[in-house]
Amino acid sequence: MTAQNISDMLRARFGDAVTGGKLEGVPDPWIAIAPARAREICAVLRDDPSTACDVLMCLSGVDYGGGKLGVVYHLDSTTQRHRIVLKAEMTAADPHVASVESVWKTANWHEREAYDMYGIVFDGHPDLRRILMPDDWEGFPLRKDYRVPEFYNGMKVPY
Amino acid sequence: MEEMMTQPPAAPQAPTTVPGFGRALKTEEMVISMGPQHPSTHGVLRLELVVDGEVVVDVIPHIGYLHRCFEKHCEHMTNYQQVIPYADRMDYVAAMSNEFGFVVAAEKLLKIKVPERVEYIRVIMAEFSRIVSHLIAIGTYGMDIGAFTPFLYCMRDRERVLDIFEETCGARLLYNYMWIGGLSHDVQANFAGKVKDFCRYFRPQIKELNDLLSYNKIFIKRTANVGVLPADVALNYGVSGPVLRGSGVQWDLRKNDPYSVYDRLDFEIPVGKGLKGTVGDCWDRYMVRVHEMEQSVNIIEQAVEKLPAGDVAAAIPKRIRPEAGDVYVRTETPKGELGYYIVSDGTASPFRIKVKSPCFVNLSALPAMSRGAMIADIVAILGSIDIVLGEVDR
Repeated sequence: MTAQNISDMLRARFGDAVTGGKLEGVPDPWIAIAPARAREICAVLRDDPSTACDVLMCLSGVDYGGGKLGVVYHLDSTTQRHRIVLKAEMTAADPHVASVESVWKTANWHEREAYDMYGIVFDGHPDLRRILMPDDWEGFPLRKDYRVPEFYNGMKVPY
Repeated sequence: MEEMMTQPPAAPQAPTTVPGFGRALKTEEMVISMGPQHPSTHGVLRLELVVDGEVVVDVIPHIGYLHRCFEKHCEHMTNYQQVIPYADRMDYVAAMSNEFGFVVAAEKLLKIKVPERVEYIRVIMAEFSRIVSHLIAIGTYGMDIGAFTPFLYCMRDRERVLDIFEETCGARLLYNYMWIGGLSHDVQANFAGKVKDFCRYFRPQIKELNDLLSYNKIFIKRTANVGVLPADVALNYGVSGPVLRGSGVQWDLRKNDPYSVYDRLDFEIPVGKGLKGTVGDCWDRYMVRVHEMEQSVNIIEQAVEKLPAGDVAAAIPKRIRPEAGDVYVRTETPKGELGYYIVSDGTASPFRIKVKSPCFVNLSALPAMSRGAMIADIVAILGSIDIVLGEVDR
Protein backbone atom coordinates (compact mmCIF):
# COMPACT_ATOMS: atom_id res chain seq x y z
CA MET A 1 0.00 0.00 0.00
CA THR A 2 1.14 3.55 -0.60
CA ALA A 3 1.32 6.06 2.21
CA GLN A 4 -1.77 7.76 0.74
CA ASN A 5 -3.79 4.52 0.95
CA ILE A 6 -2.74 3.94 4.54
CA SER A 7 -3.61 7.50 5.46
CA ASP A 8 -7.05 7.21 3.81
CA MET A 9 -7.69 3.92 5.58
CA LEU A 10 -6.79 5.41 8.96
CA ARG A 11 -8.91 8.51 8.32
CA ALA A 12 -11.91 6.33 7.46
CA ARG A 13 -11.52 4.29 10.64
CA PHE A 14 -10.35 6.85 13.15
CA GLY A 15 -11.68 10.16 11.82
CA ASP A 16 -10.14 13.11 13.60
CA ALA A 17 -7.52 10.99 15.39
CA VAL A 18 -5.55 11.45 12.16
CA THR A 19 -4.50 15.06 12.43
CA GLY A 20 -2.45 15.61 9.30
CA GLY A 21 0.83 14.51 7.81
CA LYS A 22 3.05 14.85 4.79
CA LEU A 23 2.78 12.13 2.20
CA GLU A 24 4.71 13.53 -0.74
CA GLY A 25 7.98 15.27 -1.38
CA VAL A 26 9.72 13.84 1.71
CA PRO A 27 12.04 10.81 1.98
CA ASP A 28 9.75 9.10 4.49
CA PRO A 29 6.02 9.94 4.22
CA TRP A 30 4.44 10.49 7.62
CA ILE A 31 1.01 10.65 9.21
CA ALA A 32 0.27 12.74 12.30
CA ILE A 33 -1.91 11.04 14.91
CA ALA A 34 -3.49 11.96 18.23
CA PRO A 35 -1.24 10.67 21.04
CA ALA A 36 -4.10 9.23 23.07
CA ARG A 37 -5.14 6.96 20.15
CA ALA A 38 -1.64 5.67 19.29
CA ARG A 39 -2.24 2.18 20.66
CA GLU A 40 -5.52 1.60 18.77
CA ILE A 41 -4.11 2.94 15.52
CA CYS A 42 -0.97 0.81 15.79
CA ALA A 43 -2.98 -2.31 16.66
CA VAL A 44 -5.04 -1.84 13.47
CA LEU A 45 -1.92 -1.25 11.36
CA ARG A 46 -0.42 -4.47 12.70
CA ASP A 47 -3.54 -6.66 12.48
CA ASP A 48 -5.18 -5.46 9.27
CA PRO A 49 -4.00 -7.85 6.52
CA SER A 50 -3.67 -5.01 4.00
CA THR A 51 -1.15 -3.10 6.15
CA ALA A 52 0.38 -5.96 8.24
CA CYS A 53 3.00 -3.77 9.90
CA ASP A 54 4.60 -6.56 11.90
CA VAL A 55 7.80 -4.71 12.81
CA LEU A 56 8.33 -1.51 14.75
CA MET A 57 11.71 -0.44 13.37
CA CYS A 58 12.25 2.50 15.66
CA LEU A 59 10.45 4.59 18.24
CA SER A 60 12.05 7.97 18.89
CA GLY A 61 11.27 10.77 21.27
CA VAL A 62 11.90 14.26 19.89
CA ASP A 63 11.95 17.69 21.51
CA TYR A 64 10.87 20.19 18.87
CA GLY A 65 11.63 23.13 21.16
CA GLY A 66 9.16 25.66 22.50
CA GLY A 67 7.55 23.11 24.84
CA LYS A 68 6.59 20.69 22.07
CA LEU A 69 7.51 17.03 22.36
CA GLY A 70 6.88 14.24 19.92
CA VAL A 71 7.06 10.50 19.47
CA VAL A 72 7.93 9.13 16.04
CA TYR A 73 7.06 5.55 15.08
CA HIS A 74 8.77 3.91 12.10
CA LEU A 75 6.76 0.90 11.01
CA ASP A 76 7.67 -1.75 8.50
CA SER A 77 5.85 -4.69 6.99
CA THR A 78 7.98 -7.72 6.14
CA THR A 79 5.15 -9.28 4.12
CA GLN A 80 3.65 -6.23 2.32
CA ARG A 81 7.02 -4.50 1.83
CA HIS A 82 5.92 -1.02 2.74
CA ARG A 83 6.98 1.46 5.39
CA ILE A 84 5.07 4.18 7.14
CA VAL A 85 5.94 6.78 9.75
CA LEU A 86 3.55 7.96 12.47
CA LYS A 87 4.14 11.11 14.48
CA ALA A 88 2.34 11.97 17.70
CA GLU A 89 2.89 15.43 19.11
CA MET A 90 2.27 16.58 22.67
CA THR A 91 3.16 19.45 24.97
CA ALA A 92 5.87 19.32 27.62
CA ALA A 93 3.21 20.35 30.15
CA ASP A 94 1.11 17.26 29.41
CA PRO A 95 3.52 14.70 27.93
CA HIS A 96 1.16 11.73 27.73
CA VAL A 97 0.87 9.21 24.92
CA ALA A 98 -0.68 5.74 24.77
CA SER A 99 1.86 2.93 25.03
CA VAL A 100 2.19 0.53 22.10
CA GLU A 101 4.06 -2.05 24.18
CA SER A 102 1.11 -4.44 23.90
CA VAL A 103 1.34 -4.22 20.09
CA TRP A 104 5.08 -4.65 19.62
CA LYS A 105 7.43 -5.76 22.41
CA THR A 106 10.13 -3.64 20.73
CA ALA A 107 8.37 -0.65 22.20
CA ASN A 108 9.01 -1.78 25.77
CA TRP A 109 12.61 -0.62 25.94
CA HIS A 110 12.24 2.16 23.37
CA GLU A 111 9.42 3.76 25.35
CA ARG A 112 11.45 3.46 28.51
CA GLU A 113 14.28 5.24 26.71
CA ALA A 114 11.98 8.03 25.49
CA TYR A 115 10.67 8.40 29.03
CA ASP A 116 14.21 8.46 30.40
CA MET A 117 15.47 11.05 27.93
CA TYR A 118 12.40 13.26 27.40
CA GLY A 119 10.03 12.56 30.29
CA ILE A 120 7.32 11.40 27.90
CA VAL A 121 4.82 9.29 29.86
CA PHE A 122 3.53 6.22 28.04
CA ASP A 123 0.13 5.36 29.50
CA GLY A 124 -0.37 1.63 29.79
CA HIS A 125 3.32 0.69 29.80
CA PRO A 126 3.83 -2.20 32.26
CA ASP A 127 7.25 -1.16 33.55
CA LEU A 128 7.89 2.52 32.86
CA ARG A 129 11.15 3.40 34.62
CA ARG A 130 14.50 4.85 33.63
CA ILE A 131 16.63 2.57 31.49
CA LEU A 132 19.94 4.30 30.64
CA MET A 133 20.27 6.94 33.38
CA PRO A 134 20.49 6.06 37.10
CA ASP A 135 17.11 5.70 38.83
CA ASP A 136 17.70 8.79 40.98
CA TRP A 137 18.73 11.10 38.14
CA GLU A 138 16.89 14.39 37.99
CA GLY A 139 15.69 15.91 34.75
CA PHE A 140 15.49 14.59 31.20
CA PRO A 141 18.83 14.92 29.39
CA LEU A 142 17.71 15.17 25.77
CA ARG A 143 15.25 18.00 26.32
CA LYS A 144 16.46 21.16 24.63
CA ASP A 145 16.18 23.18 27.87
CA TYR A 146 18.17 20.64 29.94
CA ARG A 147 20.99 21.94 32.10
CA VAL A 148 23.64 19.53 33.36
CA PRO A 149 23.33 19.47 37.16
CA GLU A 150 26.35 20.67 39.13
CA PHE A 151 26.14 17.87 41.65
CA TYR A 152 24.95 14.27 41.56
CA ASN A 153 24.42 12.72 45.00
CA GLY A 154 26.84 15.23 46.50
CA MET A 155 29.55 14.53 43.89
CA LYS A 156 30.66 17.31 41.58
CA VAL A 157 29.83 16.54 37.96
CA PRO A 158 32.97 17.33 35.93
CA TYR A 159 31.79 19.18 32.85
CA MET B 1 8.28 -53.36 74.13
CA GLU B 2 7.01 -56.53 72.55
CA GLU B 3 3.93 -54.76 71.28
CA MET B 4 6.06 -52.21 69.58
CA MET B 5 8.16 -54.82 67.91
CA THR B 6 5.14 -56.59 66.44
CA GLN B 7 3.71 -53.43 64.99
CA PRO B 8 4.33 -53.24 61.25
CA PRO B 9 6.77 -50.54 60.27
CA ALA B 10 5.17 -47.31 59.08
CA ALA B 11 4.64 -47.27 55.35
CA PRO B 12 7.34 -45.17 53.73
CA GLN B 13 6.11 -41.92 52.24
CA ALA B 14 5.74 -41.87 48.49
CA PRO B 15 8.95 -40.44 46.98
CA THR B 16 8.66 -37.01 45.42
CA THR B 17 8.38 -37.42 41.68
CA VAL B 18 10.76 -35.40 39.58
CA PRO B 19 9.11 -34.78 36.20
CA GLY B 20 11.04 -32.29 34.13
CA PHE B 21 14.12 -31.97 36.32
CA GLY B 22 13.54 -30.02 39.47
CA ARG B 23 10.16 -28.50 38.65
CA ALA B 24 8.36 -30.49 41.35
CA LEU B 25 10.98 -29.57 43.94
CA LYS B 26 9.85 -25.99 44.07
CA THR B 27 11.93 -23.94 46.45
CA GLU B 28 11.86 -20.34 47.55
CA GLU B 29 12.84 -18.02 44.70
CA MET B 30 16.20 -16.33 44.96
CA VAL B 31 17.60 -13.27 43.20
CA ILE B 32 21.17 -13.45 41.88
CA SER B 33 23.03 -10.54 40.33
CA MET B 34 25.11 -11.53 37.34
CA GLY B 35 27.40 -8.61 36.54
CA PRO B 36 28.07 -5.72 36.06
CA GLN B 37 31.56 -7.21 36.39
CA HIS B 38 31.18 -10.72 35.05
CA PRO B 39 33.33 -12.27 32.30
CA SER B 40 30.40 -13.67 30.35
CA THR B 41 28.39 -10.45 30.11
CA HIS B 42 30.80 -9.14 27.43
CA GLY B 43 31.05 -5.75 29.10
CA VAL B 44 29.31 -3.94 31.89
CA LEU B 45 25.83 -5.41 31.96
CA ARG B 46 23.93 -6.53 35.04
CA LEU B 47 21.43 -9.34 34.79
CA GLU B 48 19.08 -9.77 37.71
CA LEU B 49 18.31 -13.49 37.71
CA VAL B 50 15.27 -14.74 39.60
CA VAL B 51 16.01 -18.41 40.17
CA ASP B 52 14.14 -21.34 41.60
CA GLY B 53 16.98 -23.68 42.48
CA GLU B 54 18.93 -24.02 39.24
CA VAL B 55 16.04 -22.99 36.99
CA VAL B 56 15.81 -19.38 35.85
CA VAL B 57 12.31 -18.00 36.37
CA ASP B 58 13.00 -14.52 35.05
CA VAL B 59 15.84 -12.31 33.82
CA ILE B 60 15.79 -8.54 34.22
CA PRO B 61 18.63 -6.83 32.31
CA HIS B 62 19.92 -3.56 33.80
CA ILE B 63 21.79 -1.49 31.23
CA GLY B 64 23.22 2.00 31.03
CA TYR B 65 26.64 1.47 32.65
CA LEU B 66 28.32 2.61 29.43
CA HIS B 67 25.85 5.37 28.66
CA ARG B 68 27.52 8.56 27.42
CA CYS B 69 24.56 10.07 25.58
CA PHE B 70 25.81 9.84 22.02
CA GLU B 71 22.58 11.48 20.88
CA LYS B 72 23.16 14.57 23.05
CA HIS B 73 26.74 14.87 21.79
CA CYS B 74 25.47 14.85 18.21
CA GLU B 75 23.17 17.80 18.84
CA HIS B 76 26.17 19.79 20.06
CA MET B 77 28.31 19.13 16.99
CA THR B 78 28.90 22.08 14.71
CA ASN B 79 28.97 19.85 11.66
CA TYR B 80 27.47 16.52 10.59
CA GLN B 81 30.95 15.25 9.75
CA GLN B 82 31.95 15.46 13.42
CA VAL B 83 29.39 12.79 14.33
CA ILE B 84 31.34 10.03 12.55
CA PRO B 85 34.07 9.47 15.19
CA TYR B 86 31.30 9.16 17.78
CA ALA B 87 29.41 6.70 15.61
CA ASP B 88 32.63 4.63 15.47
CA ARG B 89 32.54 4.23 19.21
CA MET B 90 29.11 2.62 19.43
CA ASP B 91 29.78 -0.88 18.15
CA TYR B 92 33.52 -0.57 18.52
CA VAL B 93 34.31 -4.01 17.09
CA ALA B 94 32.58 -3.15 13.81
CA ALA B 95 33.16 0.58 13.51
CA MET B 96 33.11 0.60 9.70
CA SER B 97 29.51 -0.62 9.70
CA ASN B 98 28.41 2.16 12.05
CA GLU B 99 29.99 4.79 9.82
CA PHE B 100 28.43 3.23 6.76
CA GLY B 101 24.92 3.58 8.20
CA PHE B 102 25.46 7.17 9.19
CA VAL B 103 26.94 8.33 5.89
CA VAL B 104 24.17 6.61 3.91
CA ALA B 105 21.59 8.41 6.06
CA ALA B 106 23.30 11.78 5.80
CA GLU B 107 23.72 11.42 2.03
CA LYS B 108 20.04 10.62 1.67
CA LEU B 109 19.20 13.75 3.63
CA LEU B 110 21.61 15.83 1.53
CA LYS B 111 20.61 14.11 -1.75
CA ILE B 112 24.24 13.34 -2.61
CA LYS B 113 25.19 10.64 -5.09
CA VAL B 114 28.59 9.20 -4.34
CA PRO B 115 31.00 7.80 -6.97
CA GLU B 116 30.87 4.07 -7.75
CA ARG B 117 34.39 3.53 -6.49
CA VAL B 118 33.39 4.86 -3.08
CA GLU B 119 30.37 2.54 -2.93
CA TYR B 120 32.44 -0.54 -3.72
CA ILE B 121 35.20 0.31 -1.25
CA ARG B 122 32.56 0.92 1.41
CA VAL B 123 30.98 -2.45 0.75
CA ILE B 124 34.35 -4.19 0.97
CA MET B 125 35.11 -2.44 4.27
CA ALA B 126 31.66 -3.18 5.69
CA GLU B 127 31.98 -6.86 4.82
CA PHE B 128 35.46 -7.01 6.33
CA SER B 129 33.99 -5.47 9.41
CA ARG B 130 31.29 -8.17 9.43
CA ILE B 131 33.99 -10.84 9.32
CA VAL B 132 35.88 -9.17 12.18
CA SER B 133 32.76 -8.80 14.29
CA HIS B 134 31.65 -12.39 13.69
CA LEU B 135 35.14 -13.69 14.47
CA ILE B 136 34.98 -11.98 17.85
CA ALA B 137 31.42 -13.22 18.40
CA ILE B 138 32.39 -16.79 17.56
CA GLY B 139 35.67 -16.75 19.49
CA THR B 140 34.23 -15.30 22.67
CA TYR B 141 31.20 -17.55 22.38
CA GLY B 142 33.47 -20.59 22.37
CA MET B 143 35.20 -19.16 25.42
CA ASP B 144 31.86 -18.65 27.20
CA ILE B 145 31.06 -22.30 26.64
CA GLY B 146 34.53 -23.45 27.71
CA ALA B 147 36.58 -23.72 24.52
CA PHE B 148 39.58 -21.43 24.74
CA THR B 149 41.54 -22.38 21.61
CA PRO B 150 39.08 -21.19 18.91
CA PHE B 151 39.28 -17.70 20.41
CA LEU B 152 43.00 -17.53 19.63
CA TYR B 153 42.43 -18.79 16.08
CA CYS B 154 39.74 -16.14 15.56
CA MET B 155 41.94 -13.36 16.92
CA ARG B 156 44.81 -14.45 14.66
CA ASP B 157 42.59 -14.16 11.56
CA ARG B 158 41.09 -10.89 12.78
CA GLU B 159 44.58 -9.38 12.89
CA ARG B 160 44.94 -9.91 9.14
CA VAL B 161 41.83 -7.86 8.47
CA LEU B 162 42.93 -5.16 10.89
CA ASP B 163 46.22 -4.96 8.98
CA ILE B 164 44.27 -4.16 5.81
CA PHE B 165 42.27 -1.50 7.68
CA GLU B 166 45.43 -0.02 9.13
CA GLU B 167 47.10 0.19 5.76
CA THR B 168 44.03 1.89 4.30
CA CYS B 169 43.25 4.50 6.90
CA GLY B 170 45.88 4.34 9.62
CA ALA B 171 43.67 3.00 12.39
CA ARG B 172 43.03 -0.53 13.55
CA LEU B 173 39.83 -0.14 15.53
CA LEU B 174 38.16 3.27 15.18
CA TYR B 175 38.59 4.53 11.67
CA ASN B 176 36.76 7.75 10.79
CA TYR B 177 37.20 6.46 7.24
CA MET B 178 33.84 6.90 5.55
CA TRP B 179 32.99 10.54 5.19
CA ILE B 180 29.78 12.10 4.01
CA GLY B 181 30.07 11.98 0.21
CA GLY B 182 33.24 9.93 0.06
CA LEU B 183 36.19 8.46 1.93
CA SER B 184 39.03 9.99 3.90
CA HIS B 185 41.66 8.20 1.78
CA ASP B 186 41.71 6.11 -1.33
CA VAL B 187 42.97 2.54 -0.90
CA GLN B 188 46.63 1.67 -1.33
CA ALA B 189 47.97 0.55 -4.70
CA ASN B 190 48.37 -3.08 -3.61
CA PHE B 191 44.91 -3.22 -2.00
CA ALA B 192 43.25 -5.63 -4.45
CA GLY B 193 46.10 -8.12 -4.14
CA LYS B 194 46.02 -8.06 -0.35
CA VAL B 195 42.27 -8.52 -0.30
CA LYS B 196 42.45 -11.49 -2.65
CA ASP B 197 45.27 -12.99 -0.57
CA PHE B 198 43.13 -12.72 2.52
CA CYS B 199 40.13 -14.37 0.85
CA ARG B 200 42.30 -17.22 -0.35
CA TYR B 201 43.75 -17.63 3.15
CA PHE B 202 40.48 -17.27 5.07
CA ARG B 203 38.20 -19.82 3.36
CA PRO B 204 40.06 -22.88 4.70
CA GLN B 205 40.16 -21.24 8.15
CA ILE B 206 36.36 -21.31 8.31
CA LYS B 207 36.46 -25.05 7.70
CA GLU B 208 39.06 -25.44 10.42
CA LEU B 209 36.87 -23.43 12.79
CA ASN B 210 33.93 -25.69 11.98
CA ASP B 211 35.96 -28.80 12.75
CA LEU B 212 37.26 -27.29 15.94
CA LEU B 213 34.10 -25.74 17.36
CA SER B 214 30.89 -25.76 15.31
CA TYR B 215 30.52 -29.52 15.06
CA ASN B 216 32.20 -30.30 18.36
CA LYS B 217 29.98 -32.66 20.35
CA ILE B 218 30.32 -30.80 23.64
CA PHE B 219 29.65 -27.46 21.96
CA ILE B 220 26.50 -28.82 20.32
CA LYS B 221 25.30 -30.25 23.64
CA ARG B 222 25.67 -26.86 25.26
CA THR B 223 23.97 -24.86 22.51
CA ALA B 224 21.41 -26.98 20.62
CA ASN B 225 17.84 -26.73 21.96
CA VAL B 226 18.96 -23.97 24.34
CA GLY B 227 17.38 -20.50 24.33
CA VAL B 228 14.90 -21.15 21.55
CA LEU B 229 13.37 -17.99 20.05
CA PRO B 230 10.38 -18.73 17.77
CA ALA B 231 10.07 -16.62 14.62
CA ASP B 232 6.83 -14.82 15.58
CA VAL B 233 8.23 -13.81 18.98
CA ALA B 234 11.43 -12.65 17.28
CA LEU B 235 9.50 -10.37 14.90
CA ASN B 236 7.33 -8.96 17.68
CA TYR B 237 10.44 -8.07 19.68
CA GLY B 238 11.88 -6.51 16.52
CA VAL B 239 15.16 -8.44 16.78
CA SER B 240 17.34 -8.38 13.69
CA GLY B 241 20.53 -9.72 12.20
CA PRO B 242 21.77 -13.23 12.99
CA VAL B 243 19.35 -13.48 15.94
CA LEU B 244 16.35 -13.05 13.62
CA ARG B 245 17.81 -15.21 10.86
CA GLY B 246 18.70 -17.88 13.41
CA SER B 247 14.97 -18.15 14.06
CA GLY B 248 14.49 -19.09 10.41
CA VAL B 249 13.31 -15.70 9.10
CA GLN B 250 14.99 -14.87 5.80
CA TRP B 251 15.38 -11.14 6.36
CA ASP B 252 18.50 -9.23 5.48
CA LEU B 253 18.42 -5.54 4.58
CA ARG B 254 21.18 -6.05 2.02
CA LYS B 255 18.59 -8.05 0.03
CA ASN B 256 15.23 -6.87 1.37
CA ASP B 257 15.88 -3.12 1.44
CA PRO B 258 19.08 -2.78 -0.61
CA TYR B 259 21.36 0.20 -0.15
CA SER B 260 24.68 1.10 -1.76
CA VAL B 261 25.60 -1.50 -4.43
CA TYR B 262 24.45 -4.66 -2.67
CA ASP B 263 21.79 -5.25 -5.34
CA ARG B 264 24.61 -5.75 -7.88
CA LEU B 265 26.38 -8.43 -5.88
CA ASP B 266 25.50 -12.08 -5.70
CA PHE B 267 25.24 -13.66 -2.25
CA GLU B 268 22.94 -15.79 -0.13
CA ILE B 269 21.23 -15.21 3.20
CA PRO B 270 21.88 -18.08 5.60
CA VAL B 271 19.08 -18.89 8.04
CA GLY B 272 18.73 -21.22 11.00
CA LYS B 273 17.32 -24.61 10.07
CA GLY B 274 17.43 -26.43 13.39
CA LEU B 275 20.03 -28.90 12.11
CA LYS B 276 21.21 -29.88 15.61
CA GLY B 277 18.07 -29.12 17.58
CA THR B 278 15.17 -26.69 17.27
CA VAL B 279 14.97 -23.77 14.84
CA GLY B 280 15.98 -20.61 16.69
CA ASP B 281 18.26 -22.17 19.29
CA CYS B 282 21.72 -20.94 20.24
CA TRP B 283 23.48 -23.24 17.79
CA ASP B 284 21.42 -21.85 14.88
CA ARG B 285 22.25 -18.27 15.80
CA TYR B 286 25.90 -19.22 16.07
CA MET B 287 25.94 -21.09 12.76
CA VAL B 288 24.30 -18.22 10.87
CA ARG B 289 27.37 -16.15 11.74
CA VAL B 290 29.74 -18.79 10.42
CA HIS B 291 27.85 -18.99 7.11
CA GLU B 292 27.65 -15.21 6.90
CA MET B 293 31.44 -15.02 7.01
CA GLU B 294 31.58 -17.30 3.95
CA GLN B 295 29.08 -15.05 2.17
CA SER B 296 31.07 -11.94 3.13
CA VAL B 297 34.17 -13.45 1.52
CA ASN B 298 32.11 -14.01 -1.64
CA ILE B 299 30.91 -10.40 -1.61
CA ILE B 300 34.41 -9.03 -1.07
CA GLU B 301 35.82 -11.07 -3.95
CA GLN B 302 33.13 -9.83 -6.34
CA ALA B 303 33.42 -6.22 -5.19
CA VAL B 304 37.19 -6.13 -5.56
CA GLU B 305 36.87 -7.55 -9.09
CA LYS B 306 34.36 -4.86 -10.04
CA LEU B 307 36.16 -2.01 -8.26
CA PRO B 308 36.03 0.89 -10.77
CA ALA B 309 38.47 3.77 -11.01
CA GLY B 310 37.53 7.20 -9.76
CA ASP B 311 38.14 9.95 -7.25
CA VAL B 312 36.94 9.05 -3.76
CA ALA B 313 36.79 12.69 -2.65
CA ALA B 314 34.90 14.02 -5.69
CA ALA B 315 31.47 14.19 -4.03
CA ILE B 316 32.51 15.36 -0.56
CA PRO B 317 30.50 18.54 0.02
CA LYS B 318 32.32 21.68 1.15
CA ARG B 319 29.39 22.78 3.23
CA ILE B 320 26.99 20.36 4.88
CA ARG B 321 23.69 22.05 5.53
CA PRO B 322 20.71 19.77 4.79
CA GLU B 323 17.23 21.17 4.26
CA ALA B 324 14.80 20.95 7.14
CA GLY B 325 13.30 17.49 7.27
CA ASP B 326 13.87 14.04 8.64
CA VAL B 327 15.01 10.70 7.36
CA TYR B 328 15.26 7.18 8.74
CA VAL B 329 17.86 4.93 7.15
CA ARG B 330 18.64 1.40 8.21
CA THR B 331 21.58 -0.74 7.23
CA GLU B 332 22.56 -4.31 7.99
CA THR B 333 25.48 -4.30 10.42
CA PRO B 334 26.99 -7.53 11.76
CA LYS B 335 24.69 -7.28 14.79
CA GLY B 336 21.52 -6.50 12.84
CA GLU B 337 19.48 -3.52 11.70
CA LEU B 338 21.22 -0.27 12.63
CA GLY B 339 18.90 2.66 12.05
CA TYR B 340 19.66 6.38 12.10
CA TYR B 341 16.75 8.77 12.48
CA ILE B 342 18.11 12.20 11.62
CA VAL B 343 16.07 15.37 12.03
CA SER B 344 17.48 18.50 10.43
CA ASP B 345 16.27 22.02 11.09
CA GLY B 346 18.20 23.47 8.16
CA THR B 347 21.29 24.46 10.16
CA ALA B 348 24.77 22.92 10.07
CA SER B 349 24.32 20.95 13.30
CA PRO B 350 21.96 18.00 13.58
CA PHE B 351 18.72 18.85 15.40
CA ARG B 352 18.18 15.30 16.58
CA ILE B 353 19.88 11.97 15.87
CA LYS B 354 18.29 8.84 17.22
CA VAL B 355 20.08 5.54 16.86
CA LYS B 356 18.10 2.35 16.69
CA SER B 357 20.72 -0.02 17.97
CA PRO B 358 20.39 -3.69 17.01
CA CYS B 359 22.11 -4.84 20.23
CA PHE B 360 19.67 -2.82 22.35
CA VAL B 361 16.69 -4.48 20.70
CA ASN B 362 18.20 -7.97 20.61
CA LEU B 363 19.09 -7.76 24.30
CA SER B 364 15.50 -6.82 25.14
CA ALA B 365 14.47 -10.27 23.88
CA LEU B 366 16.82 -12.01 26.35
CA PRO B 367 14.10 -12.62 28.99
CA ALA B 368 11.87 -14.26 26.34
CA MET B 369 14.67 -16.70 25.46
CA SER B 370 15.81 -17.40 28.99
CA ARG B 371 12.75 -18.28 31.04
CA GLY B 372 12.93 -21.90 32.17
CA ALA B 373 16.61 -22.31 31.29
CA MET B 374 19.41 -23.30 33.68
CA ILE B 375 21.72 -20.64 35.12
CA ALA B 376 24.65 -21.98 33.08
CA ASP B 377 22.54 -21.70 29.92
CA ILE B 378 22.10 -17.96 30.48
CA VAL B 379 25.78 -17.59 29.63
CA ALA B 380 25.23 -19.54 26.41
CA ILE B 381 22.10 -17.58 25.49
CA LEU B 382 23.64 -14.17 26.16
CA GLY B 383 26.72 -15.08 24.13
CA SER B 384 24.57 -16.22 21.21
CA ILE B 385 22.90 -12.79 20.99
CA ASP B 386 26.34 -11.16 20.55
CA ILE B 387 25.92 -7.78 22.18
CA VAL B 388 28.37 -4.92 22.39
CA LEU B 389 27.54 -2.75 25.36
CA GLY B 390 28.94 0.34 23.67
CA GLU B 391 26.04 0.11 21.25
CA VAL B 392 23.40 -0.99 23.75
CA ASP B 393 24.04 2.02 25.99
CA ARG B 394 25.33 4.48 23.37
